[in-house]
Amino acid sequence: MNGAGREHAGAEGGRFDVPLDAPDPAAEPARRNGHRPADPAAAEPAPDAAAERDEPARPAGSAVTDVPGDHWDRKVAGGLAFLRRRLSGDYEVDEFGFDPDLTERVLHPLVRVLYRDWFRTEVTGIENVPADGAGLVVGNHSGTVALDALILATALHDRHPGHRFLRLLGADLVFRMPVVSELARKSGGTVACNPDAERLLGTGELVGVFPEGFKGIGKLYADRYKLQRFGRGGFVSAALRTGTPIVPVAIVGGEEIYPMLADIKPLARLLKLPYFPVTPTFPWLGPLGMVPLPSKWLIEFCPPIPTAHLTDSADDPLVVFNLADQVRETIQQTLHKLLERRPDPFGP
Amino acid sequence: MTPGGTSGAPGVVVVTGLGRYLGAHVAARLAADPRIERVIGIDSPESGGEFADLLDGVEQLRVDAGSLGNLLADLDVDAVVHLALVTAPDPQHGGRAAMKEQNVIGTMQLLAACQRAPRLRKIVVRSSTAAYGASFRDPAVFTEETEPREVPRGGFGRDILDIEGYVRGFRRRRPDVTATVLRFAPFIGSTADTTLTRYFSQPLVPTVFGRDPRLQFLHFDDALEVLHRSAVEDHPGTYNVAGPGVLSLAQAIRRAGRVAVPVLEPGLSNAAALARSLGFGRIGLDQVDLFVHGRVVDTGRLEREYGFTPRSTAAAFDDFIRAHHGRAVVTREQLAAAEQAVLDGIRQVRSAVRERS
Repeated sequence: MNGAGREHAGAEGGRFDVPLDAPDPAAEPARRNGHRPADPAAAEPAPDAAAERDEPARPAGSAVTDVPGDHWDRKVAGGLAFLRRRLSGDYEVDEFGFDPDLTERVLHPLVRVLYRDWFRTEVTGIENVPADGAGLVVGNHSGTVALDALILATALHDRHPGHRFLRLLGADLVFRMPVVSELARKSGGTVACNPDAERLLGTGELVGVFPEGFKGIGKLYADRYKLQRFGRGGFVSAALRTGTPIVPVAIVGGEEIYPMLADIKPLARLLKLPYFPVTPTFPWLGPLGMVPLPSKWLIEFCPPIPTAHLTDSADDPLVVFNLADQVRETIQQTLHKLLERRPDPFGP
Repeated sequence: MTPGGTSGAPGVVVVTGLGRYLGAHVAARLAADPRIERVIGIDSPESGGEFADLLDGVEQLRVDAGSLGNLLADLDVDAVVHLALVTAPDPQHGGRAAMKEQNVIGTMQLLAACQRAPRLRKIVVRSSTAAYGASFRDPAVFTEETEPREVPRGGFGRDILDIEGYVRGFRRRRPDVTATVLRFAPFIGSTADTTLTRYFSQPLVPTVFGRDPRLQFLHFDDALEVLHRSAVEDHPGTYNVAGPGVLSLAQAIRRAGRVAVPVLEPGLSNAAALARSLGFGRIGLDQVDLFVHGRVVDTGRLEREYGFTPRSTAAAFDDFIRAHHGRAVVTREQLAAAEQAVLDGIRQVRSAVRERS
């Protein structure tokens, strides 16, 4: 099943608030089953007996048939079925290398620990993200390591009623590094270039982009929450060519996770990196310095900017720059608003 | 039938590369088509006649590409299908030098001969998706318009770029000839014997550490179908020919029941060079680049122009697995049995614990 199919299946389930610990919408009704049997014939006075007799929700494609069925048993069976699918190559990847099975079951749960428990992220304005069809989510970049992109993708998937996947566009440096490049592709990312962006938008995907690039994540702590230059506005022309609405998003909290006090430029040149960060803990504490500080995160999606009427102006630099400026201003103002709401960066 | 006319099936077809698997099968298939009068297969004098039993209706000529000269004009050729490409250097037949001679010089000489054939109105050239090169800044999916960002490291990729350059020149000089360039994904199938099928047939398959490239395959029968249609119908232009869909390398290895052995990239390049110099294994820099970058192409243009969709990459690979199933290290059935056994074990332990408490 590809990403788009999954989204539609989720969207048909209607708009409901899914608890954070249940990423998979399909798993949710099954858990309630033990307490609320759907079949009236099974409604017996003893709740224990009902739970025992209840038809357990078997994970799709499981080789196991006779499940006696309680919550933990289903979890174990689901995990084993997942393991078997992985080992036998019985999963699908799309042409960009996106692997929804791995993303939902392994990558998102890992990031979820960070964004929910460690960063206590609050998401607002999720209704501004299109329920279906293409959308270009444009955000501010921060935090020395591009952790904000992963947090944004997981938060959007969890909080959006359609559980949509955000297809991130990354710098080519990401795709030069072994292991990292494959994680990026499997979680739905691809190289930030116009052909890929337009192809994803053309197939109705939700694309996430950070136009500041390394200028955004590599800025010093003193410059926090000051949006950097937006480059040539390639993301705007991709949106214009496909008539895709642009959804600006402001992310507060990323700047404090690795406050970058200095940038050792000669060392960065030596290692062929865009910058070499010095934070209060890195590189002094070694690997311990890689633990992000537990800042409080706020993410706000702003109202979408329609572009369908500007499809002919995709090659007009003035229209492109003006629209890029409008997006930049929206994000900057929303950042200020969010910062007022969060006086203490490490508050609850 | 209208030999020498402007439409319909050609009367006289020349197929090059008759001594190789693809050339022999295409020639046999064209010879079986009643719309075509004569099929002439050309091959170099030193190749062995491995596929003689296939080639009943095919007239065979053994000439050097250099002495083609006016031969195509004398034969009153209507169409040329150029398949004589070597994808990997063969140490027993001159190595890389001979490969380049055959691919680049051979194509040049064939195109020179074609230019002097007045009745010629169609040429079909085999190319490869290697024409897109390999770079970290590449888009994920190549369309026919994508220009290579970096010249490939491998010999075959460089040859392909040269060959397509010569075809572009030929198109300018003979605009009356319909030129079709087919960029094929790597072939796979139950009977095809290629570098990649040999690679996937090993029980332990070397891969590049930290890379899981996206691959596309083309079923050999679909390649024959597209070549047949290109020779009989008019489809000018360049087309990507690949099975829709994608398999990642790890996924393909797991589906084939083989075991992946990740090797650090410099190690693999050196190991490939060592294996080549020792005379076994034909994994070259072309393959290493493919296994680092992967290669996925858009086949929309082919599907619209030919009205034909090759079977998907996954289906083509399944066909290959079925033919090579015997040597699988891990089978699906074993994995399913292991899953059941572990699940039963956990249940037994849990029920034992519950009874005791």
